[in-house]
Amino acid sequence: MFVARSSSVAARLLEEEMVIMCPRTSKLFVLNPVGTAIWNALDGDKPLDEIVKDRICTEFDVELETALAHANEFVKQLSEHDIVMTAEHPLPAKDPDTQTGKVV
Amino acid sequence: MGALLQEVCARAEALQVPLSVHLDLTYRCNERCVHCYLDHDDHGELTREEVFRVLRELACAGTLILTLSGGEPLLRPDFFAILQYARALTFSVKIKSNGLLIGPSQASLLREYGVQQVQISIYSHKAEVHDGITLVRGSLERSLDAIRRLRSYGLSVTMATPLMSQNFGDYPGVRALAAELGVPVTIDPTITPKIDGDTEVLRHRISGEQVQSVFRDSALVGDVQKFSECAPVDQDDLMSYPCSAGHTFCYISPYGDVYPCVQFPLPCGNVRQQTIKSIWWDSPEMERVRSIRIGDLHTCSSCANAGGCSRCPGLAYMEGDMYGPSSADCEKSFARTGVLPNNWEHRKSRSLIQIDLGVRATA
Repeated sequence: MFVARSSSVAARLLEEEMVIMCPRTSKLFVLNPVGTAIWNALDGDKPLDEIVKDRICTEFDVELETALAHANEFVKQLSEHDIVMTAEHPLPAKDPDTQTGKVV
Repeated sequence: MGALLQEVCARAEALQVPLSVHLDLTYRCNERCVHCYLDHDDHGELTREEVFRVLRELACAGTLILTLSGGEPLLRPDFFAILQYARALTFSVKIKSNGLLIGPSQASLLREYGVQQVQISIYSHKAEVHDGITLVRGSLERSLDAIRRLRSYGLSVTMATPLMSQNFGDYPGVRALAAELGVPVTIDPTITPKIDGDTEVLRHRISGEQVQSVFRDSALVGDVQKFSECAPVDQDDLMSYPCSAGHTFCYISPYGDVYPCVQFPLPCGNVRQQTIKSIWWDSPEMERVRSIRIGDLHTCSSCANAGGCSRCPGLAYMEGDMYGPSSADCEKSFARTGVLPNNWEHRKSRSLIQIDLGVRATA
């Protein structure tokens, strides 16, 4: 599964946690550091399981199976709020410097 | 405010992050509202590239919520380029406008760029009153058209209605209009001095009795008895700060001047000479504002109304003392609770002394 951040959301990194605001509903979300690491990697180009394997398992010392299950649930929740888009093929890339909410 | 947003604000405050910033892109305007606190000339607005740089710096500093306002911000030919850039930097963008320049193509762009909210000022449901305040004939109809258009494009719209002597009796009509349009409305009895300190516009303020009648209207305040209570102040309250100005919020003028708030014209620096970060973290003025706690307010901290008072530090500063009271808020607190504010006790004492001296001089 390929996942890309929605260009409609507002996001900013506050310390180690990503604060995300959905413009459609004005709902606010705060991602923990693991969620933030996944968020930052959701460029629509790399499959989710590769992101989890290469980034999350190495960075956070977690079993692949557990991490994948959590990541899939995490993406499902974000998708329900239109915060991310998912597809079976790569999604169009956004400017990586300006779409994460990280310091630019 | 939702619990999560409160939590985010508290964390931003602890980290000294300017989470929310109000940027006026221009003071120019296509209305001439009688109560406006700005002058409408262009004294050298930030260029598009300068605005872009400021936006990059704000993103770096951690700003999430960005309010673009003016003047009328859509008067800038590069308004949509700025908006697009701000959204690419993932700000949550709110816009304050009079709506006169929001046609179908503008509404479509506002939606396309993912604007969080558009706020439009509506002074009355009656054209003669609204247009009499904006001094632009047909402005009510055009602003209402903009609201309907924005709503039809699925955008979140709010109405703002400052109450003044000209439109005081119309707020029930404005609320009915807002309900009909399906938008929330904020009714506010605060008229502020001009940003240069000129108090001439204050003649439009409603009277204390009128403020009191607003505060006794359960349709506006809910449970009137609860609203009118003097909330007790404890040690934690005294250690808290008066408002978000300088803590998680600041204001940037079209000329790059940075202030703690729109209504707090204490110059803290200019983005043409300094970075946002250096102004936000190193400005002695910002630091001074940040250091003030409720307990430091010489007159207000012991006032019976302190618990529920909406004291504005900026208005107090404009009255000459950022540690002092803001008389407009004393008026509002008295209208709310019926309890004499400390500020008025002092004023009464002073006038008694003057009378006393007068008698002695005559004798």
